[in-house]
Order: sequence, then structure tokens, then C-alpha cells
Amino acid sequence: MRFDSATLQRHGVTPDEYARIVELVGREPNLLELGLFSVMWSEHCSYKSSRVHLKTLPTSGARVVQGPGENAGAVDIGDGLAAVFKIESHNHPSFIEPYQGAATGVGGIIRDIFTMGARPIALLDSLRFGPVQDPANRRIVKGVVAGIGGYGNSIGIPTIGGEVMFDETYSGNPLVNVFCLGLARRDAIIKGEASGVGNPVYYVGAKTGRDGIHGATMASAEFDDTSAEKRPAVQVGDPFMEKLLLEACLEVMKTDACVGVQDMGAAGLTCATSETGSRGGVGVDIDVRHVPQRETGMTPYEIMLSESQERMLLIVKKGREAEVEAIFEKWDLHAVRIGEVTADSMLRIRDHGVVVAEVPNRALTDEGPVYRRPFSPPADLADRQRLPEVDAAGLPGPADALLRLLASPGIASKRWIYRQFDHMVRTNTIAPTGLGAAVVRVKGTSRALAMSLDGNGRYCQLDPRQGARLAVAEAARNVACAGAQPIGATNCLNFGNPERPEIMWQFAEAVAGIGEACRALDTPITGGNVSLYNETDGQPILPTPVIGVVGLMEDASVVRTRVFPAAGLDIIALGENFGELGGSEYVKTVLGVIAGRPPALDVERERALQQFLVAEAAIGAIRSAHDCSDGGFAVALVECCCDSGGVGSDVMIPMATGEHEINGETGTLFGESATRVIVSVNPDATDGLLERARTAGVAAARIGRTGGSRIRIAIDGELSLDCPLSDAEAAWTTGFSRWVERTTAAESGLGQGNQ
Amino acid sequence: MKFAVVVFPGSNCDHDAYHAVRHVCGQDAEFVWHKETSLGGADVVILPGGFSHGDYLRTGAIARFSPIMNTVRDFAEAGKPVIGICNGFQILMECGLLPGAMLRNRDLQFHCEYVGIRVEHTDTPFTRRAVEGQVLRVPIAHGEGNYHAAPDVIADLEATRRVIFRYVTAGGDVTDEANPNGSINNIAGICNERRNVVGLMPHPERAVELVTGSTDGRVVFESVIRQ
Repeated sequence: MRFDSATLQRHGVTPDEYARIVELVGREPNLLELGLFSVMWSEHCSYKSSRVHLKTLPTSGARVVQGPGENAGAVDIGDGLAAVFKIESHNHPSFIEPYQGAATGVGGIIRDIFTMGARPIALLDSLRFGPVQDPANRRIVKGVVAGIGGYGNSIGIPTIGGEVMFDETYSGNPLVNVFCLGLARRDAIIKGEASGVGNPVYYVGAKTGRDGIHGATMASAEFDDTSAEKRPAVQVGDPFMEKLLLEACLEVMKTDACVGVQDMGAAGLTCATSETGSRGGVGVDIDVRHVPQRETGMTPYEIMLSESQERMLLIVKKGREAEVEAIFEKWDLHAVRIGEVTADSMLRIRDHGVVVAEVPNRALTDEGPVYRRPFSPPADLADRQRLPEVDAAGLPGPADALLRLLASPGIASKRWIYRQFDHMVRTNTIAPTGLGAAVVRVKGTSRALAMSLDGNGRYCQLDPRQGARLAVAEAARNVACAGAQPIGATNCLNFGNPERPEIMWQFAEAVAGIGEACRALDTPITGGNVSLYNETDGQPILPTPVIGVVGLMEDASVVRTRVFPAAGLDIIALGENFGELGGSEYVKTVLGVIAGRPPALDVERERALQQFLVAEAAIGAIRSAHDCSDGGFAVALVECCCDSGGVGSDVMIPMATGEHEINGETGTLFGESATRVIVSVNPDATDGLLERARTAGVAAARIGRTGGSRIRIAIDGELSLDCPLSDAEAAWTTGFSRWVERTTAAESGLGQGNQ
Repeated sequence: MKFAVVVFPGSNCDHDAYHAVRHVCGQDAEFVWHKETSLGGADVVILPGGFSHGDYLRTGAIARFSPIMNTVRDFAEAGKPVIGICNGFQILMECGLLPGAMLRNRDLQFHCEYVGIRVEHTDTPFTRRAVEGQVLRVPIAHGEGNYHAAPDVIADLEATRRVIFRYVTAGGDVTDEANPNGSINNIAGICNERRNVVGLMPHPERAVELVTGSTDGRVVFESVIRQ
């Protein structure tokens, strides 16, 4: 064998995988070729541990224009338009260098969207951090928020929503999952596919440097010998370069001079060349000496494995080169011809004309290892699923508990974060950020698109299948609350080390749960991302599948938020309260544990509820809608009152049915039973709505009126909770910001100019 | 009436300005690439927001060297209406058409939110249709909007009635709480001596349709359209 075991290990290639490489190439690979396989067969690029499970997800549907396998998924939204969207993680880089890690995460997902020929119009983020009470975590929070803003604000794509949760397990391993949605003409979507033998292959964008090589694979001994400097594995983002690339690429794509486009993300030039070749069933022949380089003396190995940001690969129609080059010149970019499409389906890499690597494209992209890793539930699962015995007498009173929940950073207002994001640029944002699902109108049509990201690591820790089902349901429910019909989904699956059977079990169960719920709710998964090995010192994160759901509204003018718009409206509770406290925010915040069984989910009832919400919004019967999730009914009711300008509420609800795990009152107020929504309606519309709910099979009851300056909740006629809205709103408003504002100005000195 | 919306590399509110004057106000409008030297017969010039040239060196510092800026300077010197919004305001200051400079926001954070701005004077082409003292609810979105100038410059601006917009409370009061970025005298927008060139940090082009939250910014465009 040409390589010793240490070299293979540094490349993350097992002896079995090496044998397979030899078989596929027909000889022993050289070091460069080994490097190509090492990045393309890495977990990140090959999905070798997750692929068998991901295959079970529903990916087709009447509206699906593009399913998984391309740079992003796409769904039809009418008028010849498609919504192109995807979510991706940038977890590990964001821990090492929060600002650049998050910024390049934003840059990467934006490239995935405009690579498809779509104009990006919205960004959302799903973030997980360790407790914000710890200054080390605050530093990460601030860096990540500044990085997201620094990139998104500059490039002029609004960041209009997302979610943030906190848990100790994310302290050494924060999660930064970024979602981007763009618009394209359905018939003008461009794929990352090479075709047409003799067509030139162009490189455009930032120059290639040595950054990020360690991010894709381990450095080889030879690499260390030739490079005295250790480059950071985290790349540095340049939103200005990306903005130029975005505008220039969209202009080029309008000309039909391009047959395929692929961005260079993970595994850089290696991935872009082999994937475009493989998808098109053709070969790609490039000479690395033509690749623009930031540094001198770069080897073919370094050039092929670099993960420098803001670079694109274009396959141009032969004869149209001048036209394409002129557009890039207009934007002060230089498109460089680095090779051409060949007939033999090989990836051939030259250095000054001499062939230095030659492997079949498909060997890199499609014939990599597939693992069916063993999985088994954790031994302590039954213990986890049991709520601790509590002495009800020692629990805080309902009003105290409510204030504590509202002030917990996971529930409290995230205005401190979204105020630092430009959420209005492009003037499409029609539901104010922070007031529910993110909604953008589609200019030139009457339509709008609603988006929501949701995931609950606590539920998934206790029952990953159920937690994942609930995440799909909640994301779709949030979109439906805005008045939009859920039409497609994307997922970002964040887990620990898949080589451990209990982690693999979490993964397999979660994927199964996502599949079940997406099938039932008719939201096919059109793409996504898997992030494994999220562990620090053997401590895995809570299993965190994050689901992004996209919904379509035919009439943008009926968009609804969570906020009660006026006093004197009827408050209607939709759905049923079973008082389920397992995995709840209450149990975490008040009892300090993650325990119990997550709430049940009847997907048929969920579907009926969502369809009802969409239909009622469409006829204008609903004034506001907000789902009950973290913190249960009481927290949701306060959230309906926050930002309303002081509109309180006075309601009477029945005692929750079910087991009364801690006690009836606690479960009724703070239990997190799924499939529940609080809506407000004009009093003269109440009877009609209740009648239609009966017909639709949706449980609905008028529970009270908006108005007054207090939050009053009676249970079965007995006043349970009564507190001034101003106290509740203050707790909610400051619960998160009081922690992050607790530092000197110098600490938050990362940022950027302006719009 | 024809508007020219100048596009620099890194402009990102160009489409919003175009949408506001073309689709909402129903006027003729054209994008003008920064390498051009002609404004194509436009009656009004808009320098839109964004991060022209990546905010490299200083915000707006490189854009002043774009070929189109010579034409914009001539256009302004001929007394024709020019408005710079956010980064456009910064460019106007960099090229000397307006005095002053921007510092980082005093809390060093980017702010995107609605603010109140009071129309101080109505004798500019962009405030003619407003009422003096009128409070407009419009968004800001910037990290460097903390207006700064030497004391004599500020005194001159005030004495010559050239502070056109000031950050105020909803009730119209100039308070420190209403000042989102630390600008001297709560200054949100100013004009030149001839009063035909106006620069402001808030985004009136984002507040022209009810569906996106406010129509208060329309008066800025309607002022110049319906002279």
C-alpha cells in the first residue's frame, strides 16, 4: 500500500474505504486523489451514515419542482414561479469563531439559492446556545448574532425570523442553522449539472487560498511540511464579493448562456467539479494553474481542497464565452476558464497541462461508502421518560411560575437579536418580525410566502421520533397561523456521534418521525442538511432536528400575527388541552430537569386544525392566531397580549383532561399539548366560526375577551392566575436582553456599516 | 417625472427605491450603473442605501470616485433635486455635497426598527408636501448613523434651517430615548445650502405601502413629484 495507516487516518479514510477506492480507481490513488476521496467521502459530503435513513423521507408532491440532490429544493407557488429554499448548519465553525462561522454559514446558504437561478429574498436562523447566564455563552451569542447581521444586512437579504433555544449541552457546541428562500421562474431554474462535451468550465469569484483545508479533511504530513503556517479552519466571509457574485450570476443566468452552475462550498473545487460532472454523466477536465490563487506556491492538493468562500463554477455554452465574461467584467469580477466538459465521465486534474489526478466522477459522488450503523435506544430511556416526584406544596404559585417562564431566555422576546438584523430590506416583509411566522409578499402577484423554523431538543431527548413529529407539526402550524397553507419543508438534523448506537438511534427515530409527520401534513422534504459529531468531551448535544416549513397564501392581505389587535374581541381556544408536562419548559425551568414523555400528536387533528386556520384566515374571520407551544396556554396567552399596546385578556378555561402529572392547575396552564391555537375574532363572527369548527371537526370554544390591563385566567370558574399585563410583558421583554446587555460595549464591537 | 436610481456595487436598497417611485408612485424610473456618465434625462436622482464597495475604507468613501458622481455633482449644482438615503447620505457627505460624517451607532449595534422623525422644514423638494412638525414613522437600518460634525458646522446647519429631519418620540418630542444612534441634536437628515440636496439615514422608500407597515415615507417622494 502506498500510504501508511497514519496518512489514511489523517484523511479520515478507513482501510475498507481505501480498498474500495483502489477498486474504483483500478489502481492505488496518489496523494491528491486520496485527498479528493477523503473530502467527498467525508460524512459531511457523502451522508454515509445518514443516507439509508434519509431515503425514507417523503420527497415528492404535486408542487415539488426540485427535490433533494440539488443545491436546494423548490416548490411551485403559481404564476410560473417557484420558491427555492434550503437550510444548512454551520455549527462547528461558529463555536471556534462565532462571527465568521455564522457569517460564512449565511454566505453558504445564500449561494445555494442563487446557484439555482433564484433571487434570495428571505433568511431565517435556528440557533442553540448554552445558558446565556454564562459569559462564555454570551460571547458566542453576540458573535453569532453580529456575524449573521454582518453578512445578511450587508448583502441586502432580510433576516426575518427564526428561533433560539438554550440548553447546557449546547455550551460547547452551539448550533447555527441558516435557512434561505429565493424566487425563480419555474422554467428558469438552473441545475448544478455539466453537459455538452467541449463546453468550457469557468471559475468566478474570490481567489483560492489555503483557508478551510483543515475544515474538509485532516492535513496530511506532506501538507504540513510544505506549509509552515497553520491556517484557521474557519473561512472568512466577504459579503461584498458575494453580492457581486449574486448580481452577476443572476444576470448571466438570464441569458441562457450557462448550462450549469455550482457553488464551491464544502470540499470546494473538488465537490463542484465532480458533482456537476456526475449529475450530467460527463467528464470534467481542469488545470489548477488557471485557478486564481490568493497565495503563491499552492499545490494542486491545496487548490482542490481549499474551502475559500464566495467562489462559483459555471459550465458555459461553447461560443457564448465572451457574453458571459462581459457580464462578470461589468461587476468587476473575472471569469476564468479553467477547463472543459469531456465525454469520458472522469474528473481529470492537470497542473501545467500534466495530469495529476484522474478518477471517475461517480466514484467520488455516488459510489462512496454507505453505512448501516447499529442503533439502540439509550439504557436510561425509561428513567428519562418519568417525571420526578414533586411536592405540589413547594411549587411556585401560578402567577410566579408564569413570570419565571416568561423571563426564561428560551421564551422571552428576542428583539435584542432581530433588531440587529435588517428584516425589512427589499420591502416584502409583511408580518413584523417577532410577531409569528415570517411572511414575505411576492411582488407582482397577490400571494405571500410564510416560513417557520422549529425544533425542540428537549422533546427529542425524551423521544426523538415524537419530538421530530412535533417539530414538523409546530412549524406547519405556525405557518398556518399566519394564514398560509404549508406546501414544503426542509430539515437540518443536528446530532452527536453516529458511531454511538444511542445517537444513531436518535437519528433514525427522528428521521422516521419527520417522515411520518411530513407525509400526514403533505409537506414533502425538498432538501436539507445533516450535522453529526456535535459533541464536546463526549457530551452530545440534545438531538436537534430543525424543521423549516414554507407555506403559501393566495391573498397576502389576510396575513395574521400572534398579537391581539384590539380590546373587546372574543378569544377562542382551538384544540384540546391534555395538560401534558413531559419535556416542557415548565419542568425545565421550575423543576430543573428534562424529563417525562413529550406531548402526544394526532396528525389527523393537526391537519384539520391547520386547514381550518388557513380557511378562516382566507375569509377574514380571524383577527390574530398564535399557537400554544413552549410554556403552554398561559405563556401563549401573554404572548398574544405582548406588543399589543397593553391589551390584556380575561378568560375562563376548563381543567385539562388527562393524567394531571404534577397537578391539574399546572398542567392546564403550562402543559404543552400539541395542536392548540389561540385566536381572536370579532364578537359578531364568533358563532359562525364555532359552527364551522364543528363541521371541520376542530375543537373550539369561546373562552373570554381581550381587553383590560391584566392577564386573568380562571379554571372551571375559579380564578387561578391574575397578574398585571405590564409585569408579564416586562418579564418577557427583558428575560433575554437583560443577560446579553450585561456586558461592556467593547465586547459587542463587531459589526458593520449600514444600509 | 423621471427618477434615476444610481446603482453602485453593493447597493442593496436600489430595488426598493425603484419599486417605491415606479410601482407605488407611478413615475418613470431607471437604474443607472455607477460606471455611466449620463443620468439619462432624469429629473430627480436617488442615491440608494446599501454597502457600496463593501463599506471598504469608510462608508461611501469609494463610491464618490464613481464616474456617475461627477454627473450627479453637476446635476446638484444646477439646482436639481438629489436625495441620498442611508448609504446614499453617506456618499453625499463623502463627496462634499453635504457636511458632516457618520460615526458608529453609540451602542455599537446595527439597528433595524421603526423610528419617529419630525419634518423640520418644508422648503426642500423632498418635504414640500409635508407639514412642518409632522412626525413620520419610518424604518432605520444602519450600523453607522450617528451624525457628527464640528460644533460650528452644527451651529450653521441649525442657524440656516438645514436640519430637515430629527429623531423624535411618537408625540414629536426631541428626547435622548428617541435618538436611536446618538446623532448630535437628534439629526436624522439635512440639506445643502441651496436646499435641493437632501440626505437622511431613515428609509422613506420602505414606508410607502400599508402592507409593509407604514405609508409615512410617501410624502418624501410625493413632494418632489407634485411640485
